[in-house]
Amino acid sequence: MSKHHIEMTINGRRHSGDVEARVSLSDFLRDDAGYTGVHVGCEHGVCGACTVIVDGKAVRSCLMLAVQAEGAQVTTVEGLAASDGTLHPVQQVLLEEHGLQCGFCTPGFVMTLAALTDGDAKPSEQQLVSALSGNVCRCTGYQGIRRAAKRLACNEAGENS
Amino acid sequence: MTAPEMGTGMGTGIGTGRYIGQRVRRKEDPRLLTGRGQFVDDISLPGMLHCAFTRSQIARGKILAIKTDVARDVPGVHAIYTQQDIAHYKADLLSFFLAAPDVEMTPLANGRVAYVGEPIALIIADNRHIAEDAASLVEVDYADEDPVVTLADAARGLPVHPGTDNNIAAQMGEEEIDEELAAKLKSAPHLITHKVVHQRISQSPMETRGVVVTRDGTEELTLYITCQSPHLVARWLSLSLGLPETAIRVIAKDVGGGFGLKNHPWKEELAVIVAALKFGRPLKWIEDRYENLVGANQAREQEMTLQVAFDNDGKLIASHGDYSVNIGACPQLPECNIAVHMFVWAAYKMPAYGFLTRGWYTNTVGYAAYRGPWAMETLIRETVLDIAARRIGIDPIEIRRRNLVTLKDQPTMTCMEIPLEDITPAECLEKLLAHFDVAAFRKQQEAARKEGRYLGLGVAAYIEPTGAAGSIATMTGELAQVQIEPTGKVTAIMSTHSQGHGTATTMAQIFADRLGVRYEDVTVFEGDSSRGGFSPGAAGSRQGVIAGGAAIMAGDLLAAKVKQLAAHLAEASVDAIRIEDGMVHVEGSPEKSRTLRQIAEIAYGEPDRLPPGFEPGLEAKYRYQPPPMTFASAANACVVEVDTDTGFVKILRWISSEDCGTPINPSVVEGQIAGGLAQAIGMVLLEEMSFDDRGNPLAATYKDYMLPLISDVPTFEFLHANTPSKSVGGMRGVGEGGAIIGTPTLVNAIADALAPFGEVPVDLPLTPAKLLSVIEGRDLVSPTVAPEAPVVVAVAPLVSAAPVVQAAPAPANEILIDGDWKMVLSTPVGPQEMTGHFETDGTALSGYLAAAEGQQAFTGVVENGNNLLFDLKVEKPLKITLKYNLTVEGNRISGKCKMGIFGSAKLTGHKL
Ligand code: FES
Ligand code: FES
Repeated sequence: MSKHHIEMTINGRRHSGDVEARVSLSDFLRDDAGYTGVHVGCEHGVCGACTVIVDGKAVRSCLMLAVQAEGAQVTTVEGLAASDGTLHPVQQVLLEEHGLQCGFCTPGFVMTLAALTDGDAKPSEQQLVSALSGNVCRCTGYQGIRRAAKRLACNEAGENS
Repeated sequence: MTAPEMGTGMGTGIGTGRYIGQRVRRKEDPRLLTGRGQFVDDISLPGMLHCAFTRSQIARGKILAIKTDVARDVPGVHAIYTQQDIAHYKADLLSFFLAAPDVEMTPLANGRVAYVGEPIALIIADNRHIAEDAASLVEVDYADEDPVVTLADAARGLPVHPGTDNNIAAQMGEEEIDEELAAKLKSAPHLITHKVVHQRISQSPMETRGVVVTRDGTEELTLYITCQSPHLVARWLSLSLGLPETAIRVIAKDVGGGFGLKNHPWKEELAVIVAALKFGRPLKWIEDRYENLVGANQAREQEMTLQVAFDNDGKLIASHGDYSVNIGACPQLPECNIAVHMFVWAAYKMPAYGFLTRGWYTNTVGYAAYRGPWAMETLIRETVLDIAARRIGIDPIEIRRRNLVTLKDQPTMTCMEIPLEDITPAECLEKLLAHFDVAAFRKQQEAARKEGRYLGLGVAAYIEPTGAAGSIATMTGELAQVQIEPTGKVTAIMSTHSQGHGTATTMAQIFADRLGVRYEDVTVFEGDSSRGGFSPGAAGSRQGVIAGGAAIMAGDLLAAKVKQLAAHLAEASVDAIRIEDGMVHVEGSPEKSRTLRQIAEIAYGEPDRLPPGFEPGLEAKYRYQPPPMTFASAANACVVEVDTDTGFVKILRWISSEDCGTPINPSVVEGQIAGGLAQAIGMVLLEEMSFDDRGNPLAATYKDYMLPLISDVPTFEFLHANTPSKSVGGMRGVGEGGAIIGTPTLVNAIADALAPFGEVPVDLPLTPAKLLSVIEGRDLVSPTVAPEAPVVVAVAPLVSAAPVVQAAPAPANEILIDGDWKMVLSTPVGPQEMTGHFETDGTALSGYLAAAEGQQAFTGVVENGNNLLFDLKVEKPLKITLKYNLTVEGNRISGKCKMGIFGSAKLTGHKL
């Protein structure tokens, strides 16, 4: 099968590779680029574990081909924390709220929440929870995740609560 | 309930400490939140190749040919193996109890296939893409046969396994209801017969199964595998492969959920391991979700009918249970789930109980455990109590109050002769009711009904055996090893294993408290069979109870050692030493305080300064053997609204009132309960793994198999009772409870909401179509659901209709009883082999039975020349008398062993 040369920026670093057209972005990120924090739970777009941010938007990397990400800015869960190790607010809140158990689904929840709360976005709790209904967690019963979403949401005054 | 006193003795809880009982943050989370976890698919080894399987497309048939040439020619394919290619390796598919299966099972299909998805050929290739390409090019010719798919098919159909008489894999109890019990049931003022059908469930850990295996020379085999206990996998594999001299090391740092599926390897993992031995390069297989839904073992799929007799006050008189479970073709346990009967009435004052329990082979993927494998007992009991309450006209809470065993009633013995000392379901229920105003709810419910809105309240109570150790080979105590490093930091090595349980956190909390150090200064290592000692890891809600006890004991031993050394150095008495925050203080002499690091440096490096006889270093270990069984208790309530136009259920409120003894970390405790409750919601409303009549699975993606999402799960409210158990530390276990009690709580709420329309048949999942059928009074369920079948399972003949060729019985004068016989008893924990030695003198019989565990003598009688009757008394796991009734025919022996409350087990054997 013929290979395609692609280049993209992953977590602020340029990365290039030669891939078959059929290789998913998730496989490329895991196997070629070494970002194994991208978890693959279903490979058919339901579980959300593979969520990464591509050009500012949350994307299921199992449903996107690596060649489609040519030239894109990609952020994986490895790229969220500051270089001194300070956790991203989403990671910090999930830690404080016991939002994870096995941690397999976690990168997907983190990236979905990060994509929605970064920058000027001011989502409500309801918006966050309905976005998270596209991510499956088999362990937690979603209790800590819901608490985290509540804290990350904007309250009525437009402030992060 | 008041917090217990501090103390280390047996039976004292440790209540709260600086860390124990606190919601400390988990040590696992920073790496998992930043993508630095290490799951099996994250492992790559030099020279590693990838595997995929060609799987059966049919549920049952003979394999006529497997054509691999085209697949073999795909560039990048290195090898294709069928069972023939690996048959010369010993590779036994042992049960969780480490017993060999009763029927032939091989890693890859051996001439026949018995379920859709059964692995037939293993492909080794450069990468997974190529391996899958090749897998799809392997051509298999079959002689298709009609499969046995459902429990009803199993009772009627031809045996799934050639050479067996019928599809009963395991059976206990009595086929006929005991006359006395039948009379009690019949003469009671109220007799309720209740049937529950539980669908098949996919455990669905978010991380699928997977293994990376490398053979390093003949001496070493290293495995990275997603599992529930590296130690159990290593032990299982050593026995399975018959490689006692090979050092098997199993590593599983992070595991993405187990729930019972990952107790030990099964067909695919074993095939990959054997292939790695043969091919000689590291191999990786990561199951994809399609394979997981189709080919990974599954759980539940049970039917049970419970008869319960009540007096006019709603008090229990007698009961009988008839249970069947579909265990597929190649189950991890040839299970008939005796625990269902052991615990069905354990928390209630039930005077008399009898049962029949069976596991049935079918042409479906095999059975494995799933959180609370015996949960049917709580589901059927708690739903029948509500039905009885409606029928007799008493309040559902009142019927429980009248029958639950309270603390005042104990010590007592259950109807299945389990001793109870301190269960608290009745107390959990009262605590729940103090928090939830039932009267106010009833008013609200009535008002809502007038507006055409249907609210319902469900309540349930239960107990759960946890922390079992000592009755099954694999269920053992726990080892804790802990050391204060020369740096002053604490390192512990545990055999606990987390698939999300957070044991590295909870065990660290214990060590920090017991040693007087900061939580931040404790590191717990686990997940590697080369460290620590044997333990089955996460199974049976045991880790908090047993490993927690071990950690307390080891921590206290080490603290004593530090104190001994510090006292010696300070020339003070041991009682004057206090360790706090990593500082070792001497009472009354603040100037003599030393850091733990200073003490440790002396302990390791300055032997001359140690007290006489003091073992250098600061290390301790302890293997804790807990009481044989510990119980957790709980009561739950939930409120639902059922939309009578759509049949949709909305959960409005859910309260969990549980007693898990000492909670090491309440957030971890609540996390375990919440996860189980969400799984219960999935079982009641959403999840269903079913098959068409050719045995094809009807759910192969998460679009068809619906897992609960955040929008399906409400916010849970938690009440904790914290009554210390008799185990060290007072923990009671919490791993499985939510999945057990959540199911009937929700079913009861739905049934209460729809009570004006009639009873809701408990046939899970309760889909909108099923609920609308109740609401509209007509069958709206699709015709693919079999019409209400007679409960054939209960009356199925033991032997199939096919004629069985039997040797003519030897004439009486040729019966030779005397001598040694090799015999196999089919017990619930797997076949037990033994040797029977018989000596006769007229009609007097004497001899002994010998097994690996020892031998026991007996005397008895011989009736009718060839019928041997004798009794053996055993003490473990319970005191029971085993009554043997065996018949000798020629050089064959067969019959039954009646095992008290456990019912009867079959015995077969031959002369040696
Ligand atoms: S792996 Fe991409 S959605 Fe499940
Ligand atoms: S934490 Fe295990 S799947 Fe979410």
